[in-house]
Amino acid sequence: MGKDISSDKSLDVRGVACPMTWVKTKLMLEAMNPGEVLDVTLDSEDAIRDISKNAKSEGHKVIKLEKEDDHFILSIRRG
Amino acid sequence: MSGKDKEKKVKVDHFIEDKNDKVETDVDGVKDVIDFNKLKSGGFVKQKQKDLFTVRCACPGGRVPVEKLKKMTEAAEKYGNGYVHLSVRQSLEIPYVNYKDFNHLVEILGEADAKVATCGPRVRVPTACSGCEYNPNGLSETQKMAEMVYKKFFAHQCNHKFKMSFSGCPFDCVRTNTMDLGFQGAVVPRFDNDKCIACKICSYACKEGAIKADEEGRPVYIEQNCFNCGDCIRACPTEAWLEDKKGHIVRVGGKHGRHPLSGAVVAKFLPDSLVATVVEKTLHWYNKAGEGKGRIRIGDFLRNGGIKDYMESMKDVFGPYAVKNPREPEPIKTI
Repeated sequence: MGKDISSDKSLDVRGVACPMTWVKTKLMLEAMNPGEVLDVTLDSEDAIRDISKNAKSEGHKVIKLEKEDDHFILSIRRG
Repeated sequence: MSGKDKEKKVKVDHFIEDKNDKVETDVDGVKDVIDFNKLKSGGFVKQKQKDLFTVRCACPGGRVPVEKLKKMTEAAEKYGNGYVHLSVRQSLEIPYVNYKDFNHLVEILGEADAKVATCGPRVRVPTACSGCEYNPNGLSETQKMAEMVYKKFFAHQCNHKFKMSFSGCPFDCVRTNTMDLGFQGAVVPRFDNDKCIACKICSYACKEGAIKADEEGRPVYIEQNCFNCGDCIRACPTEAWLEDKKGHIVRVGGKHGRHPLSGAVVAKFLPDSLVATVVEKTLHWYNKAGEGKGRIRIGDFLRNGGIKDYMESMKDVFGPYAVKNPREPEPIKTI
């Protein structure tokens, strides 16, 4: 992945049901400045898919996905 | 199936419009005549109760413009029983209408250009999901297709009923596999290695096991597992997954009812521009196969070798989209 990207904000949506995973992510992104990076902690593969699709369709940029033990961290740059 | 059984099947559907006669009516001293030929395509379904019918309104694709809905509501208020019923084929039905009120009811609907649907041995109003217009999973313009097919083929005479549907994606919510002819949106993905950032998101987004991540995190595509849903394309953050070809999976010969059949997949990734021709030529084949044979569905003609003749007659229409040696429609076990 090259150089590490530091995040500006983080959000934990573990245990949150769809579509609230995306709603929470979206609200957080909208409260941020363009170009800033949000790290979202998730625990389901469905959430990876849904948040990635929705972020893309609303003009944000998913920049990486990391797996850690029993969860994932998805980094999104605010569009 | 023996000839006797077929004979029996021919007599399954009885609708008043098949009687071809005129009925005299007398409403509040005003004499009128209901001409079932004029009402033409039926859509008036006999109820258990004497003189009462369920009026089926045409709602192609299940989409009802509000102006039409208002007139349907008005008709239901005046001539129905205080409610409407939503049929399993997305039609709005008005139960408990006395046949003497048919003309008035049709007039009210006509004020918003709303129409009565059909029943009997004809091409029915096509059903459809919302499609790619606003459903994020949608891959085809199901609503436009349903509208087009409705305008071109509605109520064409056939041997038996002929049902069509348009699903926008492989979830197949409007069950194209149990339609006489069904079109389901699908996409083949293409991978551009140069754009890939090895994030592995596609391997998690794919629920079918068609994409695995290799040691570097790059995708390995397993074609035979691909569901053609496009989740990888939508999830990929860098557009490394792209649309290669997109179109309709075409299924023919399905039906539900007493002896349900799962339709045969006869073409893949067929473009929108060929849909009308496929419907036309399929109806043509059906009418030819069914000449003088009574009420038999297309699926039953496609079984026992009929599918070969069908594929031969569709060769020029399907062209490169044809499926080679498709299986014939198969019975769906229900007991």
